[in-house]
Amino acid sequence: MADVTTVDKGAHAAHSTDTAHAHHDEGFLRTYIFSVDHKVIGIQYAVTGLLFLLFGFGLMMIMRWQLAYPFQPIPIIGGFLGDARAPGGIMLPEFYNQLGAMHGTIMVFLGVVPLAVGGFGNFVLPLQIGAPDMAFPKLNMASYWSFFLGGVVMFASFFAPGGAANSGWTSYAPLSVIATTGQTMWLLGMIFLITSSLLGSVNFIVTTIQLRAPGLSFMRLPFFVWAQLVTSFLLLLAFPPLEAAGVMQLMDRLAGTSFFLPTGLVVSNTPMEISGGGSPLLWQHLFWFLAHPEVYVLILPAMGIVAEILANNTRKPLWGYRALVASVVFLGFMSFVVWAHHMFMTGMGTTMSAFFQTTTMIISIPSVVILSAFLLSLYGGSIRYTTPMLFALAFLPMFAIGGLTGLPLGLSAPDIHLHDTYYVIGHFHYVVAPGTVLALLGGIYYWFPKATGRKMNDLLGRIHFFGSFICINVVFMPMFIQGLSGMNRRMADGGLEYAMNQDVLVWNVVISMGAWTLALFQIPFIFNFFWSIKKGEKVGANPWEATTLEWSAPSPPPHGNFSAPPSVHRGPYEYSVPGGESDFIMQADPHGPQAEPSKA
Amino acid sequence: MSEDVQGHIKLYYKIGGALLFLTVVTVGVSYIDFAVPMAIVVALIVATVKGSLVASYFMHLIGEQKGIYAALALTAFFFVVLIFIPLLGHSNTFGERKSFPNSHPPVVGGEAH
Amino acid sequence: MEIPYIVDERPDTGLTNVKLGIWLFLASEVMLFGGLFSAYILLRINAVDGAWPAFATNPLSVPIGAFNTVVLISSSVTMVLSYAALKMDDLSGYKKYMGLTIGLSLLFLVVKSYEYYDKFSHGDIPAASTFLAVYFTMTGLHGLHIIGGVVVNGYFLGPGTAMWYSNKPQFINRIEASGLYWHFVDLVWIFLFPVLYLL
Repeated sequence: MADVTTVDKGAHAAHSTDTAHAHHDEGFLRTYIFSVDHKVIGIQYAVTGLLFLLFGFGLMMIMRWQLAYPFQPIPIIGGFLGDARAPGGIMLPEFYNQLGAMHGTIMVFLGVVPLAVGGFGNFVLPLQIGAPDMAFPKLNMASYWSFFLGGVVMFASFFAPGGAANSGWTSYAPLSVIATTGQTMWLLGMIFLITSSLLGSVNFIVTTIQLRAPGLSFMRLPFFVWAQLVTSFLLLLAFPPLEAAGVMQLMDRLAGTSFFLPTGLVVSNTPMEISGGGSPLLWQHLFWFLAHPEVYVLILPAMGIVAEILANNTRKPLWGYRALVASVVFLGFMSFVVWAHHMFMTGMGTTMSAFFQTTTMIISIPSVVILSAFLLSLYGGSIRYTTPMLFALAFLPMFAIGGLTGLPLGLSAPDIHLHDTYYVIGHFHYVVAPGTVLALLGGIYYWFPKATGRKMNDLLGRIHFFGSFICINVVFMPMFIQGLSGMNRRMADGGLEYAMNQDVLVWNVVISMGAWTLALFQIPFIFNFFWSIKKGEKVGANPWEATTLEWSAPSPPPHGNFSAPPSVHRGPYEYSVPGGESDFIMQADPHGPQAEPSKA
Repeated sequence: MSEDVQGHIKLYYKIGGALLFLTVVTVGVSYIDFAVPMAIVVALIVATVKGSLVASYFMHLIGEQKGIYAALALTAFFFVVLIFIPLLGHSNTFGERKSFPNSHPPVVGGEAH
Repeated sequence: MEIPYIVDERPDTGLTNVKLGIWLFLASEVMLFGGLFSAYILLRINAVDGAWPAFATNPLSVPIGAFNTVVLISSSVTMVLSYAALKMDDLSGYKKYMGLTIGLSLLFLVVKSYEYYDKFSHGDIPAASTFLAVYFTMTGLHGLHIIGGVVVNGYFLGPGTAMWYSNKPQFINRIEASGLYWHFVDLVWIFLFPVLYLL
């Protein structure tokens, strides 16, 4: 067991001379704002990410009013939006498009990824591998502030002349090239965010490879670490082509080039004065080359979190650890060769189409293996229905629905009918919202005690869970019905003007009601989060009786985490080992059944 | 140890010389009247040889650790995907003269100097 | 607990943190320039007759481009020599070669600026054709990378040299990393030059 004296974060008391730095002498700015400690940075990422999630959710709630009650004045806030956005409180289609584009951008790039990777990855990963911090702490701090700046630029874009970006989160050319100033700010914001991701991913990979504690071989790593490692490779190698494309779109917008503008482009009956020769498809290829691996960036950390919570709350090892590792690595690899399944409707030839359909079908296999392994892990377990476990259990059927509904989209024939309909919106939200976000919330309940030394309130947690789980299904399930009947995406009137939509328009009201109720159920969570920091039940190092290394450090861990590198003696999920004294043996425990010593 | 480094220094000068020579080759070869696909292949081969010298000797990739090789192999694979997949959709029209109906070809910038 | 493997290699991987880190960063840079090369290929293949300069008609100045290639390759040689000097404990040799590297880089940038100015003054701006758009964007991004390298190398020639006295092995590792970045920038140009100037 690592031998550390408990130190309160930021306390002024003298502490053990084992920790190398006297951080608490560094003043408020250095300790809390410009900290290089991975735990502080992780919390910064997590809190900022959660705030953006809330903001992105807020944008959607405004959109849902327009969809449920098209062209009715928006209550409460309608008056504050101003004439450029909602004259008389009635949303303009231009504003609807801004809300749509920014909701997607903010949720993906400013909410989920910073929370899942920046927040959970930064906080948990070094602890789980027995490291004192990330390999490059200053780079870590730089990556947070780059993300923060990107967020500021994105937020500020709402106040630019013409408003925020309004060409979808996908920013397809040529529309995005001729769009208002907000789109330029979107591109600049993306450059900050991509830089942040690149710096972060280098840090994660080097840390995982180089800073593992003695005895912690790769096949003894918690699945959470494997998930973060693969995610980091995706971020490292897939983001740069989008950065290149972003630079080219900036050139098109600011320098008048025609990377993405075809010859003979006519806008509002006027031929554009451009050199032409560009290709809108070029943008799509480069965008989706990132954006497909990006969706695996969204799901993989969530799978990692679910794995940890499941093992801990079934009191047995995860089923099929090797299969899980092989699957997640294969999944990461395949994610680079499926991107054009987002482009089936662009007129590609049958060869390309067949290639991408095949790779897309193949990539569903590792996901099924992972989900099956999780389900099999439940069999024969002594299941404890703790609050994190509720979220982790819910993830399983939600991800299953999301994944299964992706199959018709991955085949080009059914995709002809389903492309750009609400079916797609239902599909991807199921994986991200009832899927990833539920898992992330579970992760917050799970690791909150490690970060603060206090547990979150269970009753509030259960209210939060059941309310959210029910509402989130009310929101997204009807979208499949709407999509199957042909209702298109991104329509500012909610589909009102198309005859084929009339029967399913009623679902717009149901979905909106679900969304607003979902918002209400986040209140117990927000209250619980802040209240528990001060008033939650105090706990020690290992309140969940878990096995992985982070639970060997105090709650919260001091600077440097461990006074000496913990020695790892066994795999990550030694629960209910026959002959053991209790139903779990920690990885760093020098007593108990010794595993074979492995190459460090 | 520093005899080692002295030996390396001699090598760096040699490689530098080779690179400068190959630069002459790069330009010289461009004056040979190859068919278009051949010219592209030749240019890329010469560039690859030069790049390999820089990577192998200046960047010390020869005798580097396996972890670095693994990361680079992975990157090389995805790089190839990135470069070549957009071509798959157009492989049947290489070398064709193309024009768009109802539009005038743009003025070409750049003249030979 | 201190962060290990900053100076010494980790036994099982044989790597220091900075060496693995810089190679990963270079991997991402390969994908960045790969995206631009991919764009170049797609745009050229799809070009309407006459929209792109005909094959091998050299709208750019080959002598100037070749000169710049020689300059950049030379700076790569001086960069690796500055690293070798450090390994031989020769601080003044390091400073000489690092200074040369920065000088050659600045020369490259000056020549490039002249090329740009020459083009602009003839009305050959990026908006004029997709070829020019590609040329300015790719060489522009490459140029930004050179500027970045000059800044980093300048720091290591200037205030950064303090680490030679406080932590010699870590300083040598940093110069090695900076060298790897610089050679990569040279490597990109080795491909950019024939592709843009000769083909």
